[in-house]
Amino acid sequence: MAQHRLTFQQFLILAFVSVSVPLADSSLARGMTHLPAISLSHPLSLIGAVFTPWIALGIALLIGYFASYLTALSWADLTFVMPATAMGNVFVALLAHFWLKEQISPMRWLGVALISIGVSFVAHGPASTTPPLLTENARPEGSTPEGTTEAQP
Amino acid sequence: MMTAELHGAGASAAMIATIVVTSSTGEVLTAAAMKSLGDLDDIRARAGMMGAIRAVVTCPPFVAGIFFMALAFFSLLFGLNHMNLSLVGPAAASLTLVTNTIAAHFFLREKVDARRWTAAVLVCIGVYLLAH
Repeated sequence: MAQHRLTFQQFLILAFVSVSVPLADSSLARGMTHLPAISLSHPLSLIGAVFTPWIALGIALLIGYFASYLTALSWADLTFVMPATAMGNVFVALLAHFWLKEQISPMRWLGVALISIGVSFVAHGPASTTPPLLTENARPEGSTPEGTTEAQP
Repeated sequence: MMTAELHGAGASAAMIATIVVTSSTGEVLTAAAMKSLGDLDDIRARAGMMGAIRAVVTCPPFVAGIFFMALAFFSLLFGLNHMNLSLVGPAAASLTLVTNTIAAHFFLREKVDARRWTAAVLVCIGVYLLAH
């Protein structure tokens, strides 16, 4: 059974997975609200929106998110990566409160607390609990199934 | 007639269930594809960035996963056309966490122990409270 501890680089990838979606959503929202209203009868005008700076930044962040998400899934369980992605909601709530000075209801603070506790539960366990499914063709020559990640005793 | 059929709690539940099932199927297939390929950093070191991208996009479970993710996206759009975002968003986001955990246990053979179950339920409730 493969049980991995995260390297610093893998931790950074998970952190990017967490923050990239809320940042991308914010960029897209900011870009779209600064554009004139787009009519359903002229849907092609949406293509022009793609080349505006905020929308382009949002799309770049989403592409980066998907690449990081796939990379994380290549060395960690889905049930390990999922809670990490949920941390993005916590970052949004904290940014909204401390930066934008928005009021957060007690129920939302409870949500922040529950997600944080849930993520800390998973973070203290192994990243991967499944045996490597590498085929001989996919595995680099001379490498072990554990790859470059540090094996937990 | 069609519009009338799509009203009511049963129709809402069916639309949310469609989003959740297609989304979970897509994510589990994608995760299975990445597990079958192994550590992408190793592949990138061996075959370069283009080799890593080629390995991913030519993996059949990945292509199937993207297909189901696209289905989930259009199901979400359809759901938003008939229900409020305040219902669809939190319900789909939180339920998907639970179905993903169940699917990961049965299809990906992940060892979902009490710690991970507790985390999934806490995050599920937390996402619902935050998004509602």
